[in-house]
Amino acid sequence: MTNTALQSDANQDVLVIEAGRTEAHYWRDLWRYRELLGFLAWRDVKVRYQQTVLGIAWAVVQPLASVAIFTFVFGQLAKMPKGNEPYFVVVMAGQLAWQLFANTIGNTSGSLLSSAQLISKVYFPRLLVPLSTVLVALVDFTIVLVIYAAVAIWTGTFPGPDVVWLPFFIALTVLLAIGAGLWLAALTVRFRDFRIIVPFLLQIGIFATPVGYQTNYLRSWRGILDYNPMTGVIDAYRWSLFRGDTPFAWHSFCISLAWTAILLASGVWYFRRTEKTFADDF
Amino acid sequence: MSDAAIRVENLSKLYRISHLAKQKTIRDAVHQGMRLVWRRLRWKTRLNREEFWALRDVSFEVGTGEIVGIVGRNGAGKSTLLKVLSRITEPTSGRMTLRGRVSSLLEVGTGFHPDLSGRDNIFLNGAIHGLKRTEILKKFDQIVEFAEVAKFLDTPVKRYSSGMYVRLAFAVAAHLEPDILIVDEVLAVGDAAFQQKCLGKMRDVTRGEGRTILLVSHNMAAIQALCQRAIFLNGGRIGEIGSVSDCIKAYLSQDQAGQAARIELSASSDSRQGDGFARIENLEILGADGAPRNKFAFNEPFELKLGVRAHRPLRDYVLGFSINAVDDMIIACSNHHDSLPRVGMETGLHEFSVRVADMFLSPGYYTITVAISDDGQHGLHDLVRNCAKFSVESYHSEGRVDHPHILDDRPGLIRRPLVWTKDPAKK
Repeated sequence: MTNTALQSDANQDVLVIEAGRTEAHYWRDLWRYRELLGFLAWRDVKVRYQQTVLGIAWAVVQPLASVAIFTFVFGQLAKMPKGNEPYFVVVMAGQLAWQLFANTIGNTSGSLLSSAQLISKVYFPRLLVPLSTVLVALVDFTIVLVIYAAVAIWTGTFPGPDVVWLPFFIALTVLLAIGAGLWLAALTVRFRDFRIIVPFLLQIGIFATPVGYQTNYLRSWRGILDYNPMTGVIDAYRWSLFRGDTPFAWHSFCISLAWTAILLASGVWYFRRTEKTFADDF
Repeated sequence: MSDAAIRVENLSKLYRISHLAKQKTIRDAVHQGMRLVWRRLRWKTRLNREEFWALRDVSFEVGTGEIVGIVGRNGAGKSTLLKVLSRITEPTSGRMTLRGRVSSLLEVGTGFHPDLSGRDNIFLNGAIHGLKRTEILKKFDQIVEFAEVAKFLDTPVKRYSSGMYVRLAFAVAAHLEPDILIVDEVLAVGDAAFQQKCLGKMRDVTRGEGRTILLVSHNMAAIQALCQRAIFLNGGRIGEIGSVSDCIKAYLSQDQAGQAARIELSASSDSRQGDGFARIENLEILGADGAPRNKFAFNEPFELKLGVRAHRPLRDYVLGFSINAVDDMIIACSNHHDSLPRVGMETGLHEFSVRVADMFLSPGYYTITVAISDDGQHGLHDLVRNCAKFSVESYHSEGRVDHPHILDDRPGLIRRPLVWTKDPAKK
C-alpha cells in the first residue's frame, strides 16, 4: 500500500508516496482523470464501430440469433409455459438484460490484459480501464433495445407506465456486472486461467438464468433460482416491459440488490488492493 | 521541506521471482501452496523464494529545473526506478516526494491505437498523459507542426511510416509541459535529425520553463549534452552520483557481463583456419589501468594481450590482428614486426602485448581478428575471425579530446581532428 498525499502548496501539487501506507486521495485522482475515462471509452466505441457495417451487424445478428434459438428450444421443444406475450418477445426482454450483463463482464474482465502495454508504461487510476469498457457494452445494448422496441411495436407488446423504472434496472445491471467484472479483471491479471473461465461461466449462466424461460411458471426451482443475482434483474425488466398483472418479484429483486452491493464493494476493494502491482504481473 | 523537485529516500523495490514467473495459472498457485504446506509440516521450513532487489536503498534529490541523467547497464534498476517514480508500480519500502505534475515517457507512442487517425491519437495520447481536452486543443497546432504530419492527420497511424509515428508520438510528449518529466531511452528511436530536434526541444523545455527532467539513456553523448548531473546505478544501488563525467566513467569502467574481456579461444572454433603449428589460445583487452574491459571512450588507448602456444618450434612467424567494423571491413591491421625483431619461437606458451592508441575510431562496435602465419605468406598457422568485440562510446572523457564537436554525427569510421589553416583574404 502506498500513501499518496496531494496538497496544494504554492500552486504546486506535492505528491508523497510512501511504502506501507494506504492511499488517501485515490478518489480525487480518479476525478482528475475523468476525461481519460471518456477518451478510452470513445476509443473503444470508435474502433469497434469503425467498420460500421460489420460493427453494427454483429451487435444485431448475435442477440437475434440467440433469441431465435432460445425461442425454439424453450418455447417449441421444451414447451415452456408462456404468458400473454409472444414467446419471442419474452426471450428478447431476457436477452436484453443478459446481454448487457454478459458483455459488461466480458469486456471488463479482459480489459486489464488488453491494456497491459498502457498499464506498464503510464500511471493513471487503473479503475478507469475496466470502467471505460462499459460504454461499448451500453452502445451494443442500445442497438438491441432499438430492435426490441421495433419488435414490441410490431407484435403489439406495449409496456405500461412501469416502463419508467427501466433506466434504473439498466443501471442496476451495469453496476452488478461491474462488481463482478472488477473481481474477474484483477483475477485475470493474477491467474490467466480466467480468460477461459469467464466465457465458460457466462455460457453456463445464460441457462442458469431465466433468459429463455420465465420464473413465474416455475414452481420447484424458483427457490434456488432466486439466488442467481441476475434473476431479480431479468424479472424486473419483464415487469417493466410487459403490461402484465404479474406482481413485482421483490424477493429475487432484493437478492439482486444485495449481490450488487456486495460485489461492487468487494470488487473495488480487491481491485484497489491489487492494482499497484498489476504492472509487475504482466 | 526543501524545494527539491524530486526527493527519494531509501527507496527499495523487491521482486519475487516465483511471483513474477511461476504462478501464472491457478494450477501453479495450488502446486506452490501445497509445497509450502508440505515444507512447513514436514521440514518446518519456509519455501525459499527467489527474491531480487531491483532497487536497494536509493536516495537522491533533484532540484527544480535540473536535468539529471541515469546511467547503468541493463538490469541495474534504471527502468524500475523510473517506474516507481512515475507510479506505475509501488515501492516495497522507502519514500518519495514529487513536487508538481509528473509526466513519464517510458516509451514513445504509449496508448497509440493503430486504427485511429493521427488526430484522434493526439487527443487520446494527451489524455493518457493527464492532459485535459482544452489543453490539447490549445497545443494541437504546435504538435502537428512539430511532428510534420499535417497532411496525414486523418490517416490511421498504422499506415504511418515508423519515422512519422515516432515524430507524432514524441511531439505529443514534448508538449505535455509537466513540471517533472521522466524519460526512458526514447531518444534511441527516430532518425538522427529528429533526435537532434528532440534534444533541442528538451533543452529548451528545461532552460526556458524551469522543468525538471530525469533521463535514462545508453547514449552517453545525449547524457553529456543534456544533463547537469548524473546518477550511476549498479545492481539496484547508487554507484556514483554527481558529475556527469564521473558517472559515465564509472559506467564505462564496469566490466560488461556476457561479453568477457578475456576470451579463451577453444580449439574447436568454427571460424578457425590454419595448420595448427601454433594456436592463439587466449585474448584479452585491457584498459589503460590494466583492468580487463571492452568499452572505451573515444580515442581511449587500450592494450591487447595475446597468448600463443607453439606446438612445434617456428623458425619465423608473423603474429598480427585486425580491427574490423561490424560489416567485416578491415579498418586497421598490425603485426609484431611493427616493433619486435624477427626471431623464431620455441614450443610453449608465449604472451604478447600491444598497445592500441590514437586510432580515432568513431563511436560504435568493432571486432578483432587474430592470426599467426609463417613469414613466407603460404603457411597459415592459425586464424580466428571476429573473436573479440569492443565498443567505442560516443563521449569524450575530460581533457582527452580537444575537439568535442568531432563527436557530433560526423560520418566515417575514423574521426581524426585535423589541422586547418586559412590564408589571409585576398583583395
